[in-house]
Amino acid sequence: MAETTYAATIAATLAAAMRADERVVVLGEDVALGGPYLTTKGLAEEFGTARVVNTPISEAAICGVAIGAAQSGLRPVVEIMFIDFIGLALDQLVNGAAKAHFMSGGQLDVPMVLRTQGGAGQRGAAQHSQSLESWLTHVPGLKVVVPSSAREVAALLPSAIADPNPVVVVESKTLYFRHETLPDEGVSPEPLGRARVVRRGDDVTIVATSKMVNEAIEAAAHLSEHGVEAEVIDPRTLVPLDLPTIAASVARTGRLVVAHEAVQHGGFGAEIAAEVQEACFYDLDAPIVRVGAPFTPVPLSPPLEDAYVPGAAEILDAVRRVLG
Amino acid sequence: MAGGAAGDPGSGGGLDAAVAERLLETMWRIRAFEERLEPLKRSSMVLGLTHLSIGQEAVAAGVCTQLRDDEPVYSNHRANGHALAKGVDMGRLLAELMGRAEGCCRGLGGSMHVVDVAHGFLGATGVVGGNLPFAVGSALAGRLLGQDRPAVVFFGDGAAQTGIFAETLNLASLWQVPVVLVCENNGFAEFTPRSAHTRVERVSDLAAPFRVPAATVDGNDVAQVHAAFAHALALARAGSGPFLLECLTHRLSGHYVGDPGGYRAAVEDEAWRARDPIERLVRQAAAAGWFDAERSRAAEAAARDEVEAAVAFAASSPFPDLGLPAELTYAR
Ligand SMILES: Cc1ncc(C[n+]2csc(CCOP(=O)(O)OP(=O)(O)O)c2C)c(N)n1
Repeated sequence: MAETTYAATIAATLAAAMRADERVVVLGEDVALGGPYLTTKGLAEEFGTARVVNTPISEAAICGVAIGAAQSGLRPVVEIMFIDFIGLALDQLVNGAAKAHFMSGGQLDVPMVLRTQGGAGQRGAAQHSQSLESWLTHVPGLKVVVPSSAREVAALLPSAIADPNPVVVVESKTLYFRHETLPDEGVSPEPLGRARVVRRGDDVTIVATSKMVNEAIEAAAHLSEHGVEAEVIDPRTLVPLDLPTIAASVARTGRLVVAHEAVQHGGFGAEIAAEVQEACFYDLDAPIVRVGAPFTPVPLSPPLEDAYVPGAAEILDAVRRVLG
Repeated sequence: MAGGAAGDPGSGGGLDAAVAERLLETMWRIRAFEERLEPLKRSSMVLGLTHLSIGQEAVAAGVCTQLRDDEPVYSNHRANGHALAKGVDMGRLLAELMGRAEGCCRGLGGSMHVVDVAHGFLGATGVVGGNLPFAVGSALAGRLLGQDRPAVVFFGDGAAQTGIFAETLNLASLWQVPVVLVCENNGFAEFTPRSAHTRVERVSDLAAPFRVPAATVDGNDVAQVHAAFAHALALARAGSGPFLLECLTHRLSGHYVGDPGGYRAAVEDEAWRARDPIERLVRQAAAAGWFDAERSRAAEAAARDEVEAAVAFAASSPFPDLGLPAELTYAR
């Protein structure tokens, strides 16, 4: 088993993709220097600055350049340093990348990856802590991947790069430096759109995304001590969503908690809850309960931020509610 | 380089008879097509916002006829002329504007989203300014993939006020990518004159701070456009950095078919009619001995015939299957 981190796995996965395919290029602010989270560390040294391109602070144009490059044969991986800045690139992503294949009647492909990261808990305050992935899930033509661990990065990032569509990978800054062990033989790429059952259980289903997967595992361990076996499912990609895996689980357990770090109101949990109740209404023994952040911007002050960010305690609370 | 009083035929420099005839034919094809679009739009055969470029044909013709199929063009919302001059089939273009299955985008895109990859027409854009960085990305790809081909992007003077214009100009200059940015400065953004949107007189004035070479030409003189673009294209093909070519022109029709139009009382259409790019080329051709007015009438007649054939083709094309949107939302 090899010791690694989420951030190091991103760099290693990008390096492997660049070695395997000359068309893969990396663009973003300070990427040639490794970036603030070292997710592109070592790439410029190995591949040169023609393929690991530092950009000025021009989020919209960087995204547009990636679109044009993708339409002309490259496989760009563009980094938007914080998802909080995605608004600047959103027109390019939504009106350019997401629709080009469709509007051209299938003539154009945009095989690009936009990597970005969100998440609170590091005293980043309201403009450097958001979880805005649900904005992107509302746009047909985009795929949205939310890796919850180094293992998932290794499994999904290669598939995102190989995908002929624009794929947004929303990483979690709070996971970047957690230590993980991966098998020595490596992790094989896995297709986008398949959920992973992280833990088996028959009493309640917890669907959790990104850093909330770890929180759900922690909550499940606690529940197990009290005789409740929770099934934990990580959708891994929000678009496309693997509803069959989730629905099959809920059909068995009859109870569902959906947990994400994003603001609960209008978050992706609402979509999962709605789809599950349509698919499993008669299997449900209790209303679906969502766990998410309160409907306020992320506060700076430590006690306030700690109270703001949902975690295992909130998941436990939600499970108690669905168990009645 | 700007100038040319009303009616001044210009020098015609750089053209020869064969090139001049090609430009003439191209301009007539655009003119005839768009004059026919107007009634088709009013009768709802043609769908959506329809932006005509009547009066601006010299820019599309002077630029696009010099490009190879592997040299991509990105266009804006006023795209018909660029598309036709770049080689998009007229029938398939019209079918697209009518939302038909045989449209070049299978009826999913329409006038602001025309794409024809085979001819290097990578597309119109409905979001003003949004197309600018695509060309830089395409040129960057060309360089990294070892293809010696530049990319070209058309934009209006209104797009120069977007933030992404400045970002794009800076990136193109910083990376020295071979991209030619062609501005059609028609003095208006929708219903508002340029003077109400900026104190910068010429779009080309914006290039110097980014150390991008630029030129401003009379965009109604196809010979000037052709010569200036030939210069920019030669540089770009040789692998030099970006070039901004500003073409001063005027649209003789509304912003879109059926626009309120009141603002146009302020516009000196008559003075510009005297500078009609087609008539000007005909006068130049007569002076240079390339061809006479009869040749122009023949080109017009051929263009109008082509348009009628396109109308017949497009009108008989079926609407797409209802399953098409779901099929094409994602590439497989
Ligand atoms: C981002 C954006 N804002 C506003 C519009 C609405 N709009 C369409 S065309 C246009 C004027 C564009 O002017 P210019 O770029 O000079 O091109 P022209 O229409 O004169 O050819 C506007 C404001 C738009 N399509 N996109």
